[in-house]
Amino acid sequence: MNAKISFRDVVKTYPMKDGTFTALDHVSLDIADREFVTVVGPSGCGKSTLMSMAAGLVEASAGETLVDGKPVTGPGPDRGVIFQQYALFPWLTVRKNVEFGLKLMELPAEERRRRAERAIELVGLSDFADALPKTLSGGMKQRCAIARAYAVNPQVLLMDEPFGALDALTRVQLQDQLLDTWSQDQRTVMFITHDVDEAVYLASRVIVMAARPGRIQRIIDVDLPYPRTEEMRLSPEFGRIRNEVWHAVYHQAPASSAA
Amino acid sequence: MTQLTALGKSSPAPVVRRGPKRSRRAVALNLIAVVIGLAVWTLLAGVGVQGLPGPVEVAGKAAELLSDGTLPLDALASLRRVLLGFLLGTLLAVPIGFLMGWYATARGLLEPYVQFFRTIPPLAIIPLAIVLMGIGEVPKVFVIFLASFLSSVVATFQGVVDVDRTLINAARVLGASDRTIFLKVVVPASTPFILVGMRVGLGSAWGTLVAAELIAAQEGLGFRMQQAQLYYDLSTIFVGLIAIGVLGLLMDRLLLLAERRLTDWQERR
Repeated sequence: MNAKISFRDVVKTYPMKDGTFTALDHVSLDIADREFVTVVGPSGCGKSTLMSMAAGLVEASAGETLVDGKPVTGPGPDRGVIFQQYALFPWLTVRKNVEFGLKLMELPAEERRRRAERAIELVGLSDFADALPKTLSGGMKQRCAIARAYAVNPQVLLMDEPFGALDALTRVQLQDQLLDTWSQDQRTVMFITHDVDEAVYLASRVIVMAARPGRIQRIIDVDLPYPRTEEMRLSPEFGRIRNEVWHAVYHQAPASSAA
Repeated sequence: MTQLTALGKSSPAPVVRRGPKRSRRAVALNLIAVVIGLAVWTLLAGVGVQGLPGPVEVAGKAAELLSDGTLPLDALASLRRVLLGFLLGTLLAVPIGFLMGWYATARGLLEPYVQFFRTIPPLAIIPLAIVLMGIGEVPKVFVIFLASFLSSVVATFQGVVDVDRTLINAARVLGASDRTIFLKVVVPASTPFILVGMRVGLGSAWGTLVAAELIAAQEGLGFRMQQAQLYYDLSTIFVGLIAIGVLGLLMDRLLLLAERRLTDWQERR
């Protein structure tokens, strides 16, 4: 077993006025090294919570999360996280944002500069390196956030609905760019989304989750070769998988309410 | 500070205007308003409102007080008190506000005092301050210090509490320690709040000052007005009022300028 990320019987509950709310109910999942996995599910299914556990931002009530076989005890630069709300530091330029993590690694200034430059170039923001986030469009902000994550060269990318707030065209462009870089550096990617098309297009495996309590409903393999192309989106095979995922997400059996 | 210059007109160029640049139209309107105000004043003095001096008379008095050095000295004395009290108040307020925002323990310990003293107008402290600290500079500076401290501390505290959680998480996942998060995320993110608090603090410091000087002082704008009142010298009172207004406005503009410079990164709206 060479699972890069593994969730073992993870439970997350929150105390509520009347009893407890179960966000995740005994979830187990292995994500292989260099795998691209997407997680879809209705809101409240705990998909973001699951990812946050791998990121070390949320602690499990029971069970454990392993990265490289070691239990996660907190966040770290080996796991890059990309948030839906971009989370750029608005007082820093694009370049300074990208250098933020590199400074924490205490790299020499020259090396820092070089790596930031490369990451900014990779996401196509070279012309805006000295711009403040407020002057950027949503798509450019998210590119900057991606560059910031790439710059520290994490082995794992955890992405929480990163393209959710973007328009359809920008989203498709960023999807293709993401796959492009992934095929080159082969990081392990766990990508949360509520968009079924996006889930199928990106992943080699789609994890479908269900809500109340949050659990894994089905795991659907996507037997389409990489690189993925725009034609593939229109292929019957894509359509079939897409329907399967759609069905698993939106026609879920009524939840058996766990006591 | 949004400027609505194209009111009631079809706006041909919906350019978003930022910074201190104002359209000529707005400036012209401001000037017209001032001229009308002066005219009304002259008229009121002219028709003989009991003892009211006209603008010319007040300007003459101002020139007199300027040339004999009274006005500059008074203004200087007042400014010194305000700046000293304001600086001390802000210097203490910022770290205390950070402590309260960052550590729940500090918040629990300090909040009752801050909230309680906030409900007492600083002027109400004056009698106590005079009894305890005499009638020298100390009680005046102390009251001003208190006024600016209370408004800045609440603003700073609010700024820290309101820092976007995702920004803190973004720093954490890049490997930032608590110390780095505080210095590199919390401090810059709360700067806009602090600066607004400082402006409010300066306003209340200035307001408190004049009242403090009315009670016991040997120099200062408030003292001069108090003296003028005894001699029924309305012109001097007017000069004092205008000086207070102009100085207050100048200081506010300076802080506003600093605010614009330091928080230019903010997305407005």
